[in-house]
This record gives sequence, C-alpha cells and structure tokens, in this order.
Amino acid sequence: MTVSENVLDVKNLVMHYRTRKGPVYAVDNVTFHVGKGEAIGLVGESGCGKTSIALSLLKLLPTNADILNGEIRIMGDDIVPLPEKKMNKRRWRDISMVFQSAMNSLNPVFTVEDQILEAMLEHVPHLSEEEMNEKIDSLFDLVGLDPSLKTQYPHQYSGGMRQRAVIAMALSCDPDLIIADEPTTALDVIVQDSILKQIRDIQKELNMAMIYISHDIAVIAEVSERVGVMYAGKLVEMSSTENIFHNPIHPYTMALMSCFPSIVGEKTELVTLPGEPPDLLAPPPGCRFHPRCPYVTEICKEQDPDYKEHTQGHYAACWHPGGEK
Amino acid sequence: MAQKNGKTLVNINKLSKLFPVGQGIFGKADSFVHAVSDFNLQIKVGESVGLVGESGCGKTTTGKLITRLLDPTTGNILMDTEEGPVDIALLKGKEMKTFRRRVQMIFQDPYESMNPRMTIFDTVAEPLNVQGIGSMSDRETMVADLLETVDLVPASSFLFRYPHELSGGQRQRVAIARALIIKPDFVVADEPTSMLDVSVRTGVMNLMQDLADQFDVTYLYITHDLAVARYMCDRIGVMYLGKIVEIGETEDLLHNPKHPYTQALLSAVPVPDPTYTRNPIKISGGITKPVDPPPQCRFYNRCPLADEYCKTHDHPPRKEITPNHYVACYHA
Repeated sequence: MTVSENVLDVKNLVMHYRTRKGPVYAVDNVTFHVGKGEAIGLVGESGCGKTSIALSLLKLLPTNADILNGEIRIMGDDIVPLPEKKMNKRRWRDISMVFQSAMNSLNPVFTVEDQILEAMLEHVPHLSEEEMNEKIDSLFDLVGLDPSLKTQYPHQYSGGMRQRAVIAMALSCDPDLIIADEPTTALDVIVQDSILKQIRDIQKELNMAMIYISHDIAVIAEVSERVGVMYAGKLVEMSSTENIFHNPIHPYTMALMSCFPSIVGEKTELVTLPGEPPDLLAPPPGCRFHPRCPYVTEICKEQDPDYKEHTQGHYAACWHPGGEK
Repeated sequence: MAQKNGKTLVNINKLSKLFPVGQGIFGKADSFVHAVSDFNLQIKVGESVGLVGESGCGKTTTGKLITRLLDPTTGNILMDTEEGPVDIALLKGKEMKTFRRRVQMIFQDPYESMNPRMTIFDTVAEPLNVQGIGSMSDRETMVADLLETVDLVPASSFLFRYPHELSGGQRQRVAIARALIIKPDFVVADEPTSMLDVSVRTGVMNLMQDLADQFDVTYLYITHDLAVARYMCDRIGVMYLGKIVEIGETEDLLHNPKHPYTQALLSAVPVPDPTYTRNPIKISGGITKPVDPPPQCRFYNRCPLADEYCKTHDHPPRKEITPNHYVACYHA
C-alpha cells in the first residue's frame, strides 16, 4: 500500500510526559496506518497510552508532553513539525475528535447550535450562513437528534443526546478522519447500543476513516475492521478484527480475549492474568509484558521484541508469538 | 456459621423509598422520586443474587436500604437471626451492633472508600476495633492471614503501607478483606469491579467467589454489567425504575428473558466476538426519573408491547411463569 492511499500514517511515534520523577514514555515507538474509509480500533487498559496517541495525532498535548520522534502523516503530510497556527487550521477539517465526557467538551453557556457554528466559521468560512444552518440541521438528523433542539443549551440534553451533539460537532467540517475516545463509556447499554449503531452507519455512509478507542473489547469488536492492542505504551499486536479475536498471537491479547466475560455462548472459565500493568516511570527491561507472560524466556527479559509482520497484515511484537518456544 | 439449607436470610417486603423533590423553604415537599417502590426479594443463605439495571433504576438505594445506611419510607426488611426473622429498622444498641457485624458492604470506588491517612492494617482492623474482637496481637495475625487469603502476599509488605501506594486492584482486595474480617453472613457489593481494568477484574471476581465458598457468605451483587453478573450470581433480578421487573436463575434469565425490558437490555449488550450478529430490540426514549409516577406499568412509555390494558391497569404483579422465574408483565 502506498502512502497516499492512507488517510493516516504513523511511524515510530515516541511521546513522553516530563514529570518530576522522570520521563513517562506513554507512547513508545508506535507504527500503524488507517486507510480511506477504514474503521480501526485501539484497545488497552487504563494508562496504556490510548488517549496519549489520540492527543498526539491532534497535537493537543499538555505542555509537559513532547513528541520526541516519529512521523504523523495525514493525507501524506507530516504534521509533527507544523507550528500551532497551521495545525489549528487542520484540526476539525482533516481530523477531529469525539471526547469521552461530552459535558466537558460542550460549553455550558452557549447553545449547541452556536458551538457548532463557531467551529464551522473558523474552519469552513466559505459556506454561506444558510448553508451552515442547513448543514447543522442535516447533521442533527444524521446523529438522530431532532433539529429543533439545536437552540437548547447542553444542560437541557440527556447524556446520550450530548454525546450525539458532540458527534455532530465532530462531523461539522467534513473531516477525513475522526478519533472517538471512549465515546460511549459513560452511557447505559441501551443508549450505548443505539449510538454505536449510529456511528457505524455514519462512518459507512460518509466513507470516513475512524479510530475508535476503548477499553471494552466487546465494543471494539462491533465497530472496527482492524484492531490494535496496546500494552504499557506500546502497540503489541494489530490485525483484522477477526484475527485479533479468533487467532491472537501476542500472549497479552490471548489473555485479554479469554478474561472478558460475555452473555452469549457457553459460560467458559475466565483466565486470570497475574500481576498488574507496569509503572511507566520504570518499565521492566526487555518486553514490557514479560513479568506477567506465561511464555517468558531469557530473551524476553533482555531484549524488546520488534514489532513486525508475522502473516499478511498481522503485526505483533513478541519473541514467542502464539506461545511457541 | 451459615450453611446452604434453603433458609431465607433476608426477606424484603413491599420496600419503598421516596426522596422529596421540589421542597420549599417551609413547605412540605409536593412531589417525590420513587427510587425504590414496592420492592420484594428473598435471598437465601449462601446464595448470590445480582441486581442489574441502568443508572438511576434504584440499585444502589436498595443496597443502602438493606445495609440500613438509609431507612425505608414504607415496607420492611426481615433478617434471619437466632431468634427468628427480625425487622432491621427496629434494631437498636447491642442488636444493631450485631447487625453491623453480620452485614457488610463493598463499594465501587476503591480510591474513595478508604481513609488515605490510615495504613492497610488500620483499615482492615478497624471493624475488629469497633466490634471489640481479639487482642492487639490477635488482630495482627487475623489481618495478616486475611491479606494472604486475598492474595496480597507477602502480607507483611502491605500491612503498613497507605492506600495511595497500592494499585486499584490491590485496593479493592483490601476493601474485600475489610468487609470479610469480621466474618459477616451477608455482603452487599455495589459495583465492586466496575472501576478495575479487565486483566485485573477477573482476579477480583474469582477471589470474591472463592471467599464466598470459604467464608459462607451470601452476596447481593449490584452491577450494570450483565456479563459480570453472569459469572458472579446464582440468580439475577432486573430492575427498572425502582422495581424488579424480572428475576430468575442466571442462565435461565439470560437465555429466556420474558420481560420486554430484559429482552431489550440483553440485546443491547455488545458481544466480544466480531462474527456474532446481535438483533437489537429497539425501545424508544430513555430512562427518566420516576417523579410521582402514574400507577400503570413503569415501562409503559417505552414498551413495544404496551396496549390499552397496560395503560388502564396498575403496575403488573409479579407472577411465576416457570419454576423460580418471575416476571412483572401482562404480556409475558
């Protein structure tokens, strides 16, 4: 696949947070790509660097965070060296984000309509006022909200409606790529289900690329075509959703798949993974998963395995893929 | 010590809890949120019962009523004692202290439910101090033994640490140890694993089950996650706006849901298998606050089966449709 076919190409991205106790390597040498119209999922536990990747892609990092190395190419252009002013032009238009807590990403003193208009005036100013209003109405329809609600304030919305409004806002400037960071985590299952369905339909209809971030592998299974699994700042495995769920080769993914309870199918024994995820201030040497890995050998303790392609399109970073010795 | 002999440990009858809203400065409240209304449940010795439902359905309020952190508006909770069933609302003094020893609670957030200035030893030993059990050296051995049981090994390295030095999973293990140190008969666990990461959660779930067998504990397990409830509970009750709409044995309920709300809820749970296709049942609207609800079925406004009969009659009574499987619906 050539570079220009991908909406997003991330190569060897390294990002750390400077803290008083030393650098925290939240994103360590991560490489992946997102094709046009493709929906990928990133899963991992809290603190594994999922959200840090999202913030790096938008360059919305806090002041104590630095991108140390790597490229982030959006439609072929590397955005890492871009100054803030130019980056700001690209946010929303090329790449936009749906955050986890919808209430915090909406301003309580403006109506929802005004907030979407604000983003549009900044990024797509060539549209006339009428076109913008039409666009907002059609966006509300698209995300399943009544357009007459647009003049209301965020506090008048329920949790699910707010999340829908935030999705409408993220879509307002027709971005090529949307990053959704745990968009349904705070919602009840029935609402979550209808929003997931809506996101899936919109993504297919607009043929938009999407990165879906969640800790819930069941949600990821439903929305993504390819899945990347993160552990302690590293991408440890990435492949088609089918492969990740039915044919995982990294021991962490294998454990993750067998410790997740489901309400359908046979009630199987849930596997317990010993220990806890490592502290990123002092990650273990070698493979970061080795203290918890059932297949650990000497080499795992000393050398970090390369992230490489094992079968067609199936990448993993492990010395003993699939548990082989 | 309790044994599985089919004896009822907790018997909840027509329990209701109303919270006033719209109260003036001097005036009486004119409307009420019916957080729990006409709630009936029997929990047998040694059983673990799950309460599931969406946020705002009254699960946590029910848990607080059973542990008497709240007093009911009407109805009663009978707890089995040596002198037969006793209404917990009437307990005083010494009897109340015994009740507190027999009933414990595990909270959702292990970051909030512990005093940051107390060491792990002090935290776990506090119930022993309150109940006046054992001498200081006895307490030390009891705490150390229990910490080993909940897999905080070696216990000596945890005893004098503070909560902030532990991870979420370890803290929840401490919370479990604190609840079990005085050998309660009944534990109310309010979302004990929902703040934990998946790879840690399974360990805590298995631990709670092992301890239930080891200490003969009866659990009421409150959760919004049906998949977790499947692994933790013998029976599951589905709550909707303060009422149990359906209750049955776990696998029976998951495979043959009869209430339209249970059916919709189950069909909305995402499945961790990309080859599995769900058929979600669409129900309209969202959960609302039950402020002065009309007498008809609580689910009437969202129900796909609702008809004139549901509209003109009171909330349907619970009926047994197959052995041990109860549903409150006119159309089930």
